[in-house]
Amino acid sequence: MTETATPYVAEKTAKRESSEALRARIPGWGADLDPADRPSYPREQPGIETGAHWDFPERQPEKWPRERSVEHAFLPPVFGTSTPPAGISGAIRKYAYKYSEGRAAHWLLLVAADRVDAWEHHLRSFATLRPDNPITETGVLSEFSRGGVRSRVGQKRADLSHQWMDPIIVGAPWALAAGGLAVVVLRGLRKRR
Amino acid sequence: MKAMVYRGPYKVRVEEKDIPKIEHPNDAIVKVSAGAICGSDLHLYHGMMPDTRVGMTFGHEFVGTVHEVGSSVQNVSVGDRVMVPFNVYCGSCYFCSRGLYSNCHNVNPNATAVGGIYGYSHTCGGYDGGQAEFVRVPFADVGPSKIPDWLEEEDAVLLTDALPTGYFGAQLGDIVEGDTVVVFGAGPVGLFAAKSSWLMGAGRVIVIDHLEYRLEKARSFAHAETYNFAEYGDIVVHLKKETDFLGADVVIDAVGAEADGNFLQHVTSSKFKLQGGSPIALNWAIDSVRKGGTVSVVGAYGPIFSAVKFGDAMNKGLTLRMNQCPVKRQWPRLFEHIRNGYLKPSDIVTHRIPLEHIAEGYHMFSAKLDNIIKPLVITGQS
Repeated sequence: MTETATPYVAEKTAKRESSEALRARIPGWGADLDPADRPSYPREQPGIETGAHWDFPERQPEKWPRERSVEHAFLPPVFGTSTPPAGISGAIRKYAYKYSEGRAAHWLLLVAADRVDAWEHHLRSFATLRPDNPITETGVLSEFSRGGVRSRVGQKRADLSHQWMDPIIVGAPWALAAGGLAVVVLRGLRKRR
Repeated sequence: MKAMVYRGPYKVRVEEKDIPKIEHPNDAIVKVSAGAICGSDLHLYHGMMPDTRVGMTFGHEFVGTVHEVGSSVQNVSVGDRVMVPFNVYCGSCYFCSRGLYSNCHNVNPNATAVGGIYGYSHTCGGYDGGQAEFVRVPFADVGPSKIPDWLEEEDAVLLTDALPTGYFGAQLGDIVEGDTVVVFGAGPVGLFAAKSSWLMGAGRVIVIDHLEYRLEKARSFAHAETYNFAEYGDIVVHLKKETDFLGADVVIDAVGAEADGNFLQHVTSSKFKLQGGSPIALNWAIDSVRKGGTVSVVGAYGPIFSAVKFGDAMNKGLTLRMNQCPVKRQWPRLFEHIRNGYLKPSDIVTHRIPLEHIAEGYHMFSAKLDNIIKPLVITGQS
């Protein structure tokens, strides 16, 4: 007789392994079988002890106009102070915060600002004693010290279908910038002659 | 101080920065001794998370010693060795007072949909993270805890995110005795989710990935059955066959925004940033769970829309459960499991990278070189 697959009848097919066998084989099997032993059950636990000794936290000083979601009633009392918005990217970011989190414009403007921000910093770095270095900052030399070839060859890795794009994403803007600079320099030299 | 600094997509370096200052009476400054690179840090590294600014220091998994405290701090003191959950949270808002620490409303001006996370873009509050020698820890009376004497430092690092998140993912599945659980992703969170599924009484745990060395770890560390999706034309059909065409009772997405398995989905999200994340694992989860089953999502996705197969989720009557993990809620029970010998978090650590070499660490982790599973970042040593 051919067995009928589970979903077409009322009961599951027999378990592969009994609970007793699993308990013997796997350390701790079933230790949290009772949901009451699970710390996130129930999900909401009103009155949970947190260590807070305030009803509403004191307010952290706002040292520059802090960008905030328009879905907030006011500036929350505590916030991060990393990397204030600056430059063209900063202006785009401030504009993005005019839109709510529900609007695609908000997020797409922020992503655009991130790309502008990177270019602003790359260009600015060339006026410093530590210009951006795509070799050291991408860590690409670990390809040689950490088995770049052996980690990929002969492996059934799905990510190999797109990893080739990464050097282009990182390197193409640099190549285009170098090409543009070369064109400008060559034109300048020709004019001098 | 030395700190990892983001320089744009695929680029980071170590720079000298000012030691952070107390900015609120309940702040602490923590001198970091060890941290980690999380798989979700790669979403920042690849430029996928909106409002990730050049100059930010990443890192939301770290432990260290209290270096300075603000005037209202009562529960920790200078010199205490502390572990810091990745959530920045106040402990008193509507959400925190119900235990939803990851959904705190008092710490993130930039977004209401997500709470605060150390070193995780301005979308998560604009806090510098712990891949540095020092870090500002807000609400020091609420988040950090002293590291118990019996707990090893590397285990403590893994308790700040990866282990609690995996354990939480299994809890979200509402597993009952004998359930078949499928975990997509054999990274740190997936390995811990698989291991935790047994604690909750799963009858069968299956882990799916495309990296053979990680599947080997899933077999040895998490006692799981494993399948490499790259070896199957359609992993969903294979999982249906493996479950007698019923589907799994519970599926856990422990992959998130950079899932592989569909070129178009991956490239439009990870490379061209046109989606908040590549929902391949999530769509596979929806397709491979049984009707009426539960999909638990602990993989991280960005806030931009993603092409999720919502119709099938509705038609199958699924329960979709998800959240960022409220880490500190998990600690007492996880401490018990570690002391009982059921869990040894640091078993998944494969690399210990000095902070000075963090660019190589990010590249290795991103390109999956040298059988990397979990890289720790060691501060103050070369």
